[in-house]
Amino acid sequence: MSRIHVTTTINNDETDYLCETDETLLDVLRDHLDLTGSKEGCGSGDCGACTVVVDGRLVCSCLMLAAEAEGRTIETIEGMAGGDALHPLQQKFLEHAALQCGICTPGILVAAKNLLERNPNPSEEEVRYWLAGNLCRCTGYDKIIRAVMDTAANTRGAA
Amino acid sequence: MVAVRLWGSLAELADGQQTVEIEAANLRQLLDGLVRAYPALKPQLERGVSVSIDGKIYNDTWATPISEESEVVLLNRLVGG
Amino acid sequence: MPKDEYQSRDFKVVGTRPIRPDGIDKVTGKARYGADITAPGMLWGAILRSPHAHARIRGIDTSKARAIKGVKAVITRDDFTYQPEDSDMADILDNCMAGETARYDGHAVAAVAATSKSIARAALAAIEVDYEVLPHVTDVDEAMKPGAPVIESGRQQENVPKGYSENVTGRSQYGHGDPEEGFKQADLVIKRSFKTAATHQGYIEPHACLATLGSDGQGDLWVCTQGHYMVRNVCAGVLGLDAGQLRVTASEIGGGFGGKTHVWMEPTALMLARKSGKPVKLMMSRDEVFRATGPTASSSVDVKIGMTKDGKITGAAATYRLQAGAYPGGIAFLSAMCGFAPYDLENVRTEGFEVMTNRPKAAAYRAPGAPMGAYPVESVIDELCQKLDLDPLDARLKNAAREGTKSSYGPTYPAIGLEATLKAAQSHPHWTAPLGPNQGRGVACGFWFNFGGDTCVSLMVNPDGTVSLSEGNPDIGGSRASMSMMAAEELGVPLDQVRTIIADTASLGQNEVTDGSRVTFAVGLATIKAARHAVEIMKERAAMTWGIDPEAVDWRDGAAHPAGPNAGKFPPMTIKEIAAIASNTGGPIAGHHEVNAEGAGVSFATHMVDTEVDPETGAVKVLRYTVFQDAGKAVHPDYVEGQFQGGAAQGIGWAINEEYIYGDDGRLQNAGFLDYRIPVASDLPMIEPVILEIPNPGHPYGVRGVGETSIVPPLAAIANSVSRAAGVRLTSLPMSPPKVLAALKAE
Ligand code: FES
Ligand code: FES
Repeated sequence: MSRIHVTTTINNDETDYLCETDETLLDVLRDHLDLTGSKEGCGSGDCGACTVVVDGRLVCSCLMLAAEAEGRTIETIEGMAGGDALHPLQQKFLEHAALQCGICTPGILVAAKNLLERNPNPSEEEVRYWLAGNLCRCTGYDKIIRAVMDTAANTRGAA
Repeated sequence: MVAVRLWGSLAELADGQQTVEIEAANLRQLLDGLVRAYPALKPQLERGVSVSIDGKIYNDTWATPISEESEVVLLNRLVGG
Repeated sequence: MPKDEYQSRDFKVVGTRPIRPDGIDKVTGKARYGADITAPGMLWGAILRSPHAHARIRGIDTSKARAIKGVKAVITRDDFTYQPEDSDMADILDNCMAGETARYDGHAVAAVAATSKSIARAALAAIEVDYEVLPHVTDVDEAMKPGAPVIESGRQQENVPKGYSENVTGRSQYGHGDPEEGFKQADLVIKRSFKTAATHQGYIEPHACLATLGSDGQGDLWVCTQGHYMVRNVCAGVLGLDAGQLRVTASEIGGGFGGKTHVWMEPTALMLARKSGKPVKLMMSRDEVFRATGPTASSSVDVKIGMTKDGKITGAAATYRLQAGAYPGGIAFLSAMCGFAPYDLENVRTEGFEVMTNRPKAAAYRAPGAPMGAYPVESVIDELCQKLDLDPLDARLKNAAREGTKSSYGPTYPAIGLEATLKAAQSHPHWTAPLGPNQGRGVACGFWFNFGGDTCVSLMVNPDGTVSLSEGNPDIGGSRASMSMMAAEELGVPLDQVRTIIADTASLGQNEVTDGSRVTFAVGLATIKAARHAVEIMKERAAMTWGIDPEAVDWRDGAAHPAGPNAGKFPPMTIKEIAAIASNTGGPIAGHHEVNAEGAGVSFATHMVDTEVDPETGAVKVLRYTVFQDAGKAVHPDYVEGQFQGGAAQGIGWAINEEYIYGDDGRLQNAGFLDYRIPVASDLPMIEPVILEIPNPGHPYGVRGVGETSIVPPLAAIANSVSRAAGVRLTSLPMSPPKVLAALKAE
């Protein structure tokens, strides 16, 4: 099978890879690039565990073909912390115990960060609807929503 | 003698008795004594039971002491999630 | 008082809310779950599954698949040459790889290992299976009728009366007194039938493992599971291996809720690895998770309860029929035990039937059997309260089980917390908050046992005085944090001096699976005792150094102290100082404890929920939710609250949205998260957790399990709330919009 050569930027690093035509971005992240922080919960766009940011927009990486990443800028959970300094959302998730098993956490963090970049002052309802594409089976969402709201309040306070 | 309470469908196999008396000082003697006195209980005892002794539930520990005054209740073997 | 009985004390670490030790890995994407590792030369496995609900397998032609380049192994049941004698093991083998018959839509019939995922997929498509389709049955009531298609004959237990289909494999009965007499004393008797749909545990991480197995029988398995010792024992039992030759390591686990207390495909991965001579990674797709693992049983229940005008329950009876899926087993007995467990009843009888159907083998799901046990009972109690004009919390308090009550399943209760949860509910502002139009408030109680079981813990005091703790239960929701906390509490050292890891099966003795809410109780107990063991050794070492009797040494605040003025005047020796001279005083210091921790404490909860019913669409919106539950002692309150909230959310899904839908062809119609809709963030309100602490007399800190009870009351609490909002009693779950609308129209 002939493979496609793709050049792209992932978490600020220029990256290139060969992929098969039917491979998804998630397949390449996980299986070729060892970026296993993005998870596969469904492979059909329903759970959000594979959420990444492509050119500033949230994308289910299981629904995007790897070949489509040519020339794009991709952010994954692995790029969220700056060295050993956690992103404020990551810190708040820990403080609020907003994860139990943690499998949904990377996708939810990526999605929440994207929300706060667009809307630094979301209402509870806005957070709930924004994260409605990210399933969590463990927490009932309560502590997740609180962690996101608290991060937003803190960031506003600091600004 | 220890009075052992059986659950309904088990009682049917013990000549309809809800409570049977067994000579036993610990869990192992109790289970062995039950099979001896009521062979029809054997398949269920082999599949497994839990035993409540004075309100605490035991599954396996043979040496668990049982006194004449103990409240002993046989239960289906419990499973969890 | 023996030391493992409860003793009241002031805690320093237990009860605080530190950040969990595995937290940073999990928020940065570094934590490694089942599908997150690879091995050199690794192959990709894939499983072919039956599209039929019930079919004889006449033959499987794998020649075309084998001929594909990159395909390294193709296996069918014929490759599993070892036939286990134990019937449970034989059933697990048959469920992992069908023998003569495919018993449900999704039953595995063949598997491949290949050099890429796409080659593996192509190989599956090239396998030809010759099926003879057989009549099937997926509904529990249909399956019980004489003349129903029989899934497997000869499996009926001696306790099933004549006249039922062979699909009915087991029956149990609980209770005391005479309900018929009780009903005569009642002012009102209500009898109703209820149904609940099968629901899936719905963990977000699909099953995944990485296996190697040599022709010498030595193997390694990395797997997401609630119990890697169970996986080892089952794989060894199914494949005829020596357990000691198979080392199983538990990955981080992305949810389980009971669904990962079973083996679904790991023997297949090991067999592919043996045949190919290469490591094999096998992962399920979401479709496979729905079709071939989990779900819990669907149920069909009849309940009859009699009550006096002042709210006393005089008689109670229930019959539970639960479908167990394609193999014998089942949890109707647990429904029968748990349904009336919250109440002090003179006349109560319950009966449970375990029924085989052409569905996936039912799996444990958080407090298995208890939610469908409680739902019909709590619904009828609510209706009695409505018709007799009684306050539903008052009526429950009037009948509440307490210390000394003879439970509906037999034993007499020790100290329990049901009353405390009801009283907390009564005095909570939620109970008196105003309701709007089309809104209703429901309450319900729930009960669960909690377990103990086989447990090993090792606690090493390192040369620098820090502590390494090994336990053998996968950490689903913060248990490493709780164990470190209990060890720090017991040793009197700061929490950051203790690190807990989950050991593999070759590094620590047998551990029961993480189920039955057992971990904080049983592993906690073993941790406390391992710490006390290490303390004894450290006291001896200090005594030796001081030249006094070990009896004359006390341990407090992380240091050995002379017990009194007579013991001599020595400055305290800290754990650090004792560790530093360990080589001089006898060698390394470690404590350990191995136990079958029996005697876990039961737990109760009361839930309160407000819903609004849209009269146009029948849609139900959950507006407010409060959980009142007895935790015994909350070791890490954040994670106790998390268990309360998560259980409630799963119960909400079960009550309103979730169901396995089978077509007439016996195929599952909704094997994906789009059509099997679990609650999303915008479906739910905040869920307020109220923790009550009625100490478990059988645990040194008073801990009870907390993980499961929280899913027991929601089905009924929501049904009661919706029924009050809609003005009509709903008796079938899920209360999806079409069902609610139909009920409103029928009114
Ligand atoms: S894996 Fe992409 S949305 Fe679920
Ligand atoms: S924490 Fe387990 S799925 Fe969200």
